[in-house]
Amino acid sequence: MKNGFSVFCVVLAALGLSWMGLVLGPVLQLGHESLTTVLNSTDPYPIQPAGAATLGLQVYKANGCAACHTEQVQQDGVVCNVVLSSPGLHPDEVSNLLSQIDLNGLTDQEASIAAAKIAAVGGKTEIRVASTGGDMSRGWGLRRSVSADYLYDQPVQLGSVRIGPDLADIGTRQTDANAILAHLYEPQSCTAGSLMPSFKFLFVTRKVQGSPSPDALALPQAFAPPDGFEIVPTQDAKNLVAYLMNLHVNVPLYEAPFTPSVAANK
Amino acid sequence: MNSNDIKPVPTSQVDASCRLPLLALLGGSALWLVLGLLLELTASLQFHAPGIFSCCPWMTYGRVLPAANDLLVYGFAIPTGLGVMLWVVARLGQVELVLPLVSFAGANVWHLGVFLGTLGVLSGHSTGYAWFEYPRVAAALLLPAFMLVAVSAVAAIGQRRIRDLYPSHWFFLASLLWFPWIYSTAFVFLLVWPVRGVAQAVIDWWFASNLIVVWLSLVGLGISFYLLPKYSGRPLEGRFTALFAFVTLLLFGSWLGIPQGAPVPFWLPASSILAGLLFSVPVLVVAMVFFRTVCGAPDGCKGGPFCQVKFGTAAFILSGIWTVVQACPQFAHSTLLTTFDLGRIHWQIFGFFAITVMGAFYELFPRVMASPLPLPRLPRFQHWFFISGALVLAASLAVAGLQQQSADFILAKILPALRASSLGWTLLFIGSLIFALNVFIMTILWAVGIIKTVVGAIKAPLTVAEVKP
Repeated sequence: MKNGFSVFCVVLAALGLSWMGLVLGPVLQLGHESLTTVLNSTDPYPIQPAGAATLGLQVYKANGCAACHTEQVQQDGVVCNVVLSSPGLHPDEVSNLLSQIDLNGLTDQEASIAAAKIAAVGGKTEIRVASTGGDMSRGWGLRRSVSADYLYDQPVQLGSVRIGPDLADIGTRQTDANAILAHLYEPQSCTAGSLMPSFKFLFVTRKVQGSPSPDALALPQAFAPPDGFEIVPTQDAKNLVAYLMNLHVNVPLYEAPFTPSVAANK
Repeated sequence: MNSNDIKPVPTSQVDASCRLPLLALLGGSALWLVLGLLLELTASLQFHAPGIFSCCPWMTYGRVLPAANDLLVYGFAIPTGLGVMLWVVARLGQVELVLPLVSFAGANVWHLGVFLGTLGVLSGHSTGYAWFEYPRVAAALLLPAFMLVAVSAVAAIGQRRIRDLYPSHWFFLASLLWFPWIYSTAFVFLLVWPVRGVAQAVIDWWFASNLIVVWLSLVGLGISFYLLPKYSGRPLEGRFTALFAFVTLLLFGSWLGIPQGAPVPFWLPASSILAGLLFSVPVLVVAMVFFRTVCGAPDGCKGGPFCQVKFGTAAFILSGIWTVVQACPQFAHSTLLTTFDLGRIHWQIFGFFAITVMGAFYELFPRVMASPLPLPRLPRFQHWFFISGALVLAASLAVAGLQQQSADFILAKILPALRASSLGWTLLFIGSLIFALNVFIMTILWAVGIIKTVVGAIKAPLTVAEVKP
């Protein structure tokens, strides 16, 4: 290549190709993604978050929570587990059979064969689909995250390093707002030896005037403010907690199926 | 235009013509380097004492870390790369730098953008996109600033006396086109008309990887392909080989960046895996060019810039191998979402890019300023601090990353390795102080010299001719 024009053409071709592939392609495919429905139901998914949760995402973004936390559940695969729902008329034969065959961690086909065997001796079974992977065994989610999970996020905070735990399903794991607030105020009060920085600047310590505020944090004795003072969260802290409590990866979707437990269905 | 028509310009005059823009680009970037590393240290301090900045939102880990990372890339790497590039194209073309005031203005607008961006991130106005955190006002300044410097560089290339393009020219021209393209794409699709959902993340990954893998490699290799033959006293081995490295770097490097396991359609990470494996081609070819040019060179490196450029180019090969290894699906799975990838990024920035441009810097700065370095013994120390710092940093992050998944992401188990990265940052910080010392003393001496000349001119006694009516 002896002149600038040929260099220009090479660069144009190379970058143009990559741009069409990794920018235009995803924008066309994902940029206009619309609502989907929960698997085997007509409930729309995802549900638009409430105002406080939307504002909370801005607090999450401003303080760079994504520097240590991801919001993406990973999954290795799916397995089928055969669950006995009723032993039928010959419980002895069924229990005899159950001790002989594997019921967990099966493929689709193996599961139907096992179910057929149990059915042959009169037992009734249910085949349950479950996701597998490190994140599932850590209890960080019931399925992998998919693109539909982020439809209402602006900006999307996937994160890339897990210095702390994944937060995509934190709203399912932690349903106590005060616990999250206490964790933000002083992480050591919830997890001894935690490396999370404390976010005291999202709280106000003030003198109790009249009766204590209903918002005041309930902290363990070692971290509680002096008598006559209380710690109340600012609006930012409340919004952030609303956002975190709204993070769920707990409904099955077409592209990431699993069989929900009965409790999760309700 | 026939090259014989133009009178050759003495080298010293070529060097002197770069003085103003280079002072603006390199002086500012030295300051940002020191500041960026200080912020990295502040961030990594929180691995030792997490509660230390609990009452200061500006210093919390999640704000300091992106501010520091951006300072290192936008504050240090890009302007330094551009500055060295201006000098190399002027030298290659054997002409004075054209439009020095344009690139001088560009450099200042750029530094203003970096300053505003850093303030924005620290005050909580980050955009939330990795490696693209500067708020809209600052981000909007960087693009025209880059274009101003690029105009000067392209004009200098256009004026060259030797009409055939040298391989370094390809790399530089590509980088001058690459940055505005990727940056404006990210700016439009993320900040002006944000796309919906995870497409944002895909564009951000594409941008970041093109910036850190492709852009830095283009500029760093362009510089080293100019300097290595100069030092080793023999021509760059294989123009065609270099061309092959150039084209494959662009073709495969530009598809990297989409992490495996991301919640996006599978063809996206799959294409990055493929590109990552194919990335071995440009890495091997660069290694070939490197060894053929350098091995058995008559003059060895005696601690001078040659050592730095040689180390930097070898570091590129290591960084490339790291990229390829990380693309292997099995391996990627076991280091997913760990600090392993962070180690590669910092190795690319410090091990390869910073050390290469610093070698070029010590080569060009005394020439451009037309005076020797004020502290000529320090560069050698700086070099060792940077090598050891980059090695400790990359190794500690890599080790932490390898442990992380088997440790079930329980931080306490990887803490020793993570804390070791603070040592890496400290070494780099000391190195940057040594580097900045030379830059600042030189700049002050130059400014004092100018003031003295002006004062001298004012105070000079009038000549007889002027007194006469």
